[in-house]
Amino acid sequence: MTASRLSSGGSAIDRSRPISFSFDGRTVQGFEGDTIASALLAADVAVVGRSFKYHRPRGIWGAGVEEPNALVDVAGSVRATPNTRATTEPALAGLVAKSVNATPNAAADRNAFIDRFSRFIPAAFYYKTFMWPDWHLFEPRIRAVAGLGKVDPDWKSPGPADQINRHCDVLVVGAGPAGLAAAKLAAGAGKSVILVDDQPLLGGSLLHRDAEIDGKPAAAWVDGTVAEIEGAGHLVLSSTTAFGIYDHNLIALNQRHHDGRPDTLWRVRPRQIVLATGAIERPLPFANNDLPRIMSADAALAYLRRYAVLIGRRIVVATNNDSAYEVAGALATAGADVTLVEMRKNALPAAPSGVKLLAGRALVSARGGMRVEGVTLDDGTSLAADSVVVSGGWTPTVHLFCQARGKLAWDETRAAFLPGDPVEGISVAGALNGAVALSDVFSSAAKATSAIGETKAVAPRSTGAEAIGGVLAAWPIPSAKGRVWIDYQNDVTAKDVELAARENFVSVEHLKRYTTLGMATDQGKTSNLAGLALMANITGRTVPEVGTTTYRPPFTPVPLASFAGALGGELMSPVRRLPLENVHRANGAVFQEYGGWLRPAHYGGAGADADRTIQDEARRARQSVALFDGSTLGKIEVMGPKAAEFVDFIYYNTMSTLKPGRCRYGFMLSENGVVFDDGILVRLDENRFVVSCSTSHVASVHARLEEWRQDRFGRGAVYIHNATSEMATLTVSGPNSKKLLEALDLGLSLDDAELPHMAIGEGRFGEDAVRIARVSFTGDRSYEVSIRADRAEPLWARMQETGKALDAVTIGLEALMILRAEKGYIVIGKDTDGTTLPHDLGVDGPRTKRKNEYVGRRSLFTDVAMQESRLQFVGLSVAEGEPPLATGTHAIAKGGGKLRSQGFVTSSYHSPTLGRPIALALIERGASRHGETIDLQHLGMLRHATITGPCAFDPSGERLNA
Amino acid sequence: MTRRYSALSLFKEGLAGQKGWEPAWRSPEPKKTYDAIVIGGGGHGLATAYYLAKNHGITNVALLEKGWIGGGNTGRNTTVVRSNYYYPESVAIYDLAHRLYEGLSADLNYNVMLSQRGMVFLAHSINEMEITARTVNAMQINGIDAEIFSVDDVRRVAPLLNFAPDARFPILGGGWQGRAGTARHDAVAWGYARGASRLGVDIIQNCEITDFIIEGGRCRGVHTTRGTIRADRIGMAVAGHSSVLAAKAGFRLPVNSYALQACVSEPVKPILDTVVLSPGTGVYVSQSDKGEIVIGGALDRVPSYGQRGNLPVLEGVIAGLLEMFPTFAQLKLMRQWAGIVDVVPDSSPIIGESPLPNLFINCGWGTGGFKAIPAGGTLLAHLLATGKHHDISRPFDLARFASGRLLDEAAGSGIAH
Amino acid sequence: MQLFTCPFCGPRDETEFHFGGEAGNLRPDGADVTADRWASYLYMRDNPKGATREIWVHMNCGEFFVMERDTVNHKVETSIALDSAEHA
Repeated sequence: MTASRLSSGGSAIDRSRPISFSFDGRTVQGFEGDTIASALLAADVAVVGRSFKYHRPRGIWGAGVEEPNALVDVAGSVRATPNTRATTEPALAGLVAKSVNATPNAAADRNAFIDRFSRFIPAAFYYKTFMWPDWHLFEPRIRAVAGLGKVDPDWKSPGPADQINRHCDVLVVGAGPAGLAAAKLAAGAGKSVILVDDQPLLGGSLLHRDAEIDGKPAAAWVDGTVAEIEGAGHLVLSSTTAFGIYDHNLIALNQRHHDGRPDTLWRVRPRQIVLATGAIERPLPFANNDLPRIMSADAALAYLRRYAVLIGRRIVVATNNDSAYEVAGALATAGADVTLVEMRKNALPAAPSGVKLLAGRALVSARGGMRVEGVTLDDGTSLAADSVVVSGGWTPTVHLFCQARGKLAWDETRAAFLPGDPVEGISVAGALNGAVALSDVFSSAAKATSAIGETKAVAPRSTGAEAIGGVLAAWPIPSAKGRVWIDYQNDVTAKDVELAARENFVSVEHLKRYTTLGMATDQGKTSNLAGLALMANITGRTVPEVGTTTYRPPFTPVPLASFAGALGGELMSPVRRLPLENVHRANGAVFQEYGGWLRPAHYGGAGADADRTIQDEARRARQSVALFDGSTLGKIEVMGPKAAEFVDFIYYNTMSTLKPGRCRYGFMLSENGVVFDDGILVRLDENRFVVSCSTSHVASVHARLEEWRQDRFGRGAVYIHNATSEMATLTVSGPNSKKLLEALDLGLSLDDAELPHMAIGEGRFGEDAVRIARVSFTGDRSYEVSIRADRAEPLWARMQETGKALDAVTIGLEALMILRAEKGYIVIGKDTDGTTLPHDLGVDGPRTKRKNEYVGRRSLFTDVAMQESRLQFVGLSVAEGEPPLATGTHAIAKGGGKLRSQGFVTSSYHSPTLGRPIALALIERGASRHGETIDLQHLGMLRHATITGPCAFDPSGERLNA
Repeated sequence: MTRRYSALSLFKEGLAGQKGWEPAWRSPEPKKTYDAIVIGGGGHGLATAYYLAKNHGITNVALLEKGWIGGGNTGRNTTVVRSNYYYPESVAIYDLAHRLYEGLSADLNYNVMLSQRGMVFLAHSINEMEITARTVNAMQINGIDAEIFSVDDVRRVAPLLNFAPDARFPILGGGWQGRAGTARHDAVAWGYARGASRLGVDIIQNCEITDFIIEGGRCRGVHTTRGTIRADRIGMAVAGHSSVLAAKAGFRLPVNSYALQACVSEPVKPILDTVVLSPGTGVYVSQSDKGEIVIGGALDRVPSYGQRGNLPVLEGVIAGLLEMFPTFAQLKLMRQWAGIVDVVPDSSPIIGESPLPNLFINCGWGTGGFKAIPAGGTLLAHLLATGKHHDISRPFDLARFASGRLLDEAAGSGIAH
Repeated sequence: MQLFTCPFCGPRDETEFHFGGEAGNLRPDGADVTADRWASYLYMRDNPKGATREIWVHMNCGEFFVMERDTVNHKVETSIALDSAEHA
């Protein structure tokens, strides 16, 4: 037994609330307030995981977010997550934790043998081998041993994660001494403050370091200050990590809950950000410095004072700086036999009582297997130890500052990169800015908040003994004996950095990518600086000349669920719904999504044979009368003194010659000439039009109209109003449509002389005005009746009721698609693609005749628009008895032994009225090839079809007036 | 010095402490004059230099990179290699790239880890199934491997997808290209660099172009942060920064630069064996050999040269991913980044002589340049060496914008690049 | 998340805006415009790295406006309503 829980102490734990959880199948006892790591240490578990590449046994290194080793899969509890940091995850009762990358467990991993071959598989070895006969032969086995934790395939979401947006004057990141002081000062300046800290308890280093502030013990000052800030109505968030600073200083926070709720994503837009993110302790370079129970000195102190865990009996403390002295003293006071190995010779702090000081010495190697057993010093001295705690100096946590495009400045005396020139809206304080002594920390906090405004709060004062902060740089050196580990999780050693240098991967980004240094889940928080310092040494450059890699969000890994929030299911991409959806459902409608709208596909009910129902609807529609809900059709009003000029410019067809009360069909083109939409334009009066566009194009047509209005015509000339959702449009089509409409008694004459095809009339249904447009998408006589959307239901009911005597059929969109295809009417985007020009559809008149300007005009005269081999819109017919062609079938031609596509089938159905398949297609030079039989291919099968005109039914158009 | 890479050399070096490896590429001082200059040390530039030397014997070549090689989009993409294109012109160029990729590790003696684990492009509606059929037929006619996948076929290759019939984007099936997969992006850059350097190409990093030397209306060289370098044949392959160099050379390009977001999760044991693309959510995803889930998504809304991750786009992409793979909600995001892509109106590349004679361009790959690197290099090298188009690159000349002969894959097939 | 300022609605999230193109790209009318001139209007862009002047639309209110901003550091300088801007 080496590590153990002391009988008293531990500021973070509640001894009255014991808990137990499981780790690698064994039961571990702890207390509420423990992290998984602190409880494992108290239980003297040394090996908690295996490294990524060599499967080396690894123990707990740190006590916070920097942890490279102690990753566990948490399952069977409220937070099922792979790769969870044991050092930050609360030990909740009943939690089931499993070490990652270990089979069957961390203590006995059957892949541990890989480490014995490590000399043959150095950094980037995979680029040099596995080429013969084929990488694919090796890859599956490599994939199987790679990866860390396991995803639970049966996992069920606990529900969407919360996302919260906030504004505030000042957001302070880090609630250590600097952050608390900054928050207090900002609050005193009358600013709204948000203070966030990634730990469950606030205080940062004050939770375990000796300090006295304003005459009070640190803990009391922390509690008082937090109470003061919260009491003034400011927001204090613990267990909350600021993980990203994005454009215009939007800062993103990851808040963890311990009650089963998914993490909350906060998006905060502060006027000022104060970064008080502190610093992270570095390891020391010596051989086998990765053995379990070699630990960060600061972490050892944190475990002692927060969790009352003494990590060993016989401890070597190794350091190059002042901060480890307090640790050595505290461990000795707690009862351990402590030897302090100090690299520096001169100007040292006094050795703490009970600690044996060996000055001017450094560790060269550690020994042991599943845990450290001893160390060897540079003078050959061998020391036995059950634990080694090391402090290699401090790396300021500059990540957020750099994400905000801050540049770093190298500080030689502190052996660290510090924030350089200020970034707008961001100030820095505390250890992040290189401050060590508490009085310096507080003065940096005062400086960081000085620009915010005059404060009524009094800056805290350090009234106890202060740390000094001397440090002697201790970087890995070339050609050291043994394996000196730099990146623990990704198994990068000093030799790997040397190999990268040898092979010319000397740029810091090449170093990172070639060796994978800093690319593990900890993103190199403890390792990056050592790696680039070694590279600087090897290549004869300074550390700042080598520079750092780019710091990218997130600072610590953030659950994907947190980013998605409620943006799932229908909320991800909401569908639009018809005013009469419920009526259609009651009527047996089966809905499908078309162009963003949920519309009835057919009315056969969920259990029906859909094909048969659709065929039946399409057949009956031609026999008597069909009812169809066409409410999704666009209805965009264009009005104003230049409305006629405007629609002329917008449409390919001349529209200004249209008479009031009449409709005209036309195309809208994009500026590249491609047919963008088709539809009916209605002229209500001299200066007022209604653009009827395709369902799926309403938003984009509206946007285009607005763009041209504002860019070319101006506010006073034209006004545009999208009335699509205000009106429902109910269509009555078929030989008996006039009869049905007459029975509705809409108060207008339906006489063909007064309401001919392509005309509109105004009527009333009860108290409501209705507009009746005599246009047709079926080829039969049709009337589109538009009425206020909220009054559509009674009209629809009346139509249904009246239709009974006429054997009316209600049809869904699928039947309508058959009807329009029988007539050769196009659907833009289905029967055309992004290259189709209007003359490809047989509409060449405006192109050759129009004299005034319109959108897309010049593009109809490019080389490509004039070429003969364009795909043109045609019909296809197959031999009697053959099934329909599949949509997406290509017409093929053979040339030079190779196949070549010469177009494709865009729409294909069985026509119940014609009793045979019909198809529409875009075929090379199709318009001049009517009657020609061509070869087609679908999924390797050859078919034949004859090119026809697009219209297969009633080509003379008699039924429009029948 | 050990030059050749193999299991045997790795073993021998293992016994000798890995100390005998020579630099993967040389870093010489730039000379005053070269036969050809290639601007841009990304995949396309490095491949151009390599094929100039290998295919055309032109070895007196300088490759100029303003930062470090492979540091632009080559090192920032989601590493997908595929050739599921619609138009014969596109098929020719991407098939050339695909075939060269298949032999690249052997050609370069560098394992680029081409992993042909297949790609499924999902269809979420009957209409998308029809368009998939049109695409698959076009691919088969053009001689590219492609199949239609039923729902069960999709389930076989990606069982964790959301197959619920009431999903927002229900899966009706999809298209499949079995030869598609991923390659290790850094390895492609470094492998070409090593190959080019060994054939005599000078790879010069930290060398930014400050201006072009224009004499008699022709490009005769470049001024750089490392001095003046002259050559009568200059190629540029600088992706998102093409407009910047074009402005220095006095012409404009049909390019807008946008940030393209990508991200990876923490590494986990294998859960996804193929590449999956969903047109409904706009998300494409694969799992790297390290175990990270590699996620690519949409362009930013705002034209930008800031190589920087953005939150709203990330949220949309991840929401799309979780819509496809609900169980991935357990995973955590580990790293987010962005590349600057050169978006062209028809999303097809531009390859050819620029309006400034002697200066040849290779740009406009948008979000899909990685998969085309071997072809981009081959074709630009051909142009530089011969002054003439290769048959495959001719349709991609800048002149297509005036003739209207655009090659818009999205217009033709609905498949995003 | 960038903040853009609509001249009518004030500072709003970037997700409410849509890029309309570079300012000053005037449309040449007529069927006899040269192919190069037309292609230049349709396709050719300055795409500057750094300061730029662009047309944007605030989709919520539907108004187009001219915005000056920086494409590298994303600083936004000014937003002016389309009819008060000399975007020609």
